[in-house]
Amino acid sequence: MISLMEEIEAKALKLNIPLSVQIDLTYRCNEHCVHCYLDHEDHGEMTTVEITNLLDQLAEVGVFVLTLSGGEILMRKDFFEILAYARKLTFCIKLKTNAVMIREREAARIRDLGVETIQVSIYSHRPEVHDGITLVPGSLRRSVDAIRFLTSQGLKVTIANPLMLPTFQDYPGVQALANELGVEVTIDPTITPMMDGDRGVLSLGIGQKELRQVFADESLVGNVEEFCAISAPPGESELESKPCSAGHSTCYVSPYGDVYPCVQFPLPTGNVRQQPFIDIWRHSERMNEVRSIRLKDISGCSQCTHATTCTRCPGLAYMEGNMRGPSSQDCEKSFARTGVPSANLLSKKLSMAGLVQIRSIPVMSAASA
Amino acid sequence: MSKLYVVRDARSAVRVLDGEAMVMSGRDSTLFSLNKTATIIWQAADGQTSLDEIVGSQVCQEYDVEYASALQDAENMARELAGHGILQISEQPISQARTLAGESR
Repeated sequence: MISLMEEIEAKALKLNIPLSVQIDLTYRCNEHCVHCYLDHEDHGEMTTVEITNLLDQLAEVGVFVLTLSGGEILMRKDFFEILAYARKLTFCIKLKTNAVMIREREAARIRDLGVETIQVSIYSHRPEVHDGITLVPGSLRRSVDAIRFLTSQGLKVTIANPLMLPTFQDYPGVQALANELGVEVTIDPTITPMMDGDRGVLSLGIGQKELRQVFADESLVGNVEEFCAISAPPGESELESKPCSAGHSTCYVSPYGDVYPCVQFPLPTGNVRQQPFIDIWRHSERMNEVRSIRLKDISGCSQCTHATTCTRCPGLAYMEGNMRGPSSQDCEKSFARTGVPSANLLSKKLSMAGLVQIRSIPVMSAASA
Repeated sequence: MSKLYVVRDARSAVRVLDGEAMVMSGRDSTLFSLNKTATIIWQAADGQTSLDEIVGSQVCQEYDVEYASALQDAENMARELAGHGILQISEQPISQARTLAGESR
């Protein structure tokens, strides 16, 4: 039985309507997180008028869920003006923030305007670890205080806990903190490469050992045996399925007006400063290319054991060099979850074996010379 | 029977797709999908126009339905949506001091 939300998504797909859009209002931030993929300089953010004009367009098109994120959204002096305007247009609004600038007064304003959820990033329950990620002393205390202000207003808060090597051991502590605060917590082991393509930040990501621990933790995955089960090979209908909602029912707009299929899919498809949003959404060749991809088109993945259960992110695949290829981070997750390497990992292993052999020949030759 | 006035709850989120509204309650995030008739009533629910006027001037104009039965259905629907907190009902006109959900659309 499909949920009402799934029904609505199916309808939006049929009508070619982006049901959910994320706008990053700014890339500026008051924290300096070691893993952040953004360039925090302001290279010419959209003005208040440009953003409200965009919101008018999104409402007209039929966008229902609007996520306002950054950078830090409250770094914009016009944040509440934008939020009030968006609510007047009756969007269902989700906010992503580090919350350090939210005190009683801001929490009350957010409540008055009517926001569906506020997601706050927390890296550890220990100040020295959390603040070591944000590089802002006192940031954990301020974020936790803000969560209390928000929940005391009756607002729904979710803690986002990205899993990284320096913080991994603290995720149970973050779960306990969330429990104490009476809020939900979501964990995510994905680390995104820098916007300029630098992949150095990926070294902060957790490895197989930690992933296996996560996937064996009942408090996170529910029934472990079920969660870690190997799936059946994809059938015909699955091979015709869409990889994810990016470009189909969701998209992302940067502070500079660039439109992308998703916040994690940096393929520029147009700019709302140059053309109406709906023209980009409907007619961009790149957006339509993303939309055309089906599971059967993804090299390696379509024949992979994990084809039907893999969390493959097309954006991460694109950043790896091929939007029709695998996303190695997700291959690693499938491997850790089931113990069975993905088709991509197996092929990498084979090519690695080849490389070792080729490299060893001159060494041998040199030794024998 | 006394008149009934209806007004959209200002904290709800709403969007109309293909003549049918999806409404998310600002109280508990429950999602509702309204059919085309309910959407007509929802959109006309400004607190000042009575439900019988909405049914007479809009629902019965749009659909070939008998007025009394349509009004009864509309009242049942309004009371149900009021129970979920996405619509307010009153036997008196309701002040428009607050911005209505969906008014700007």
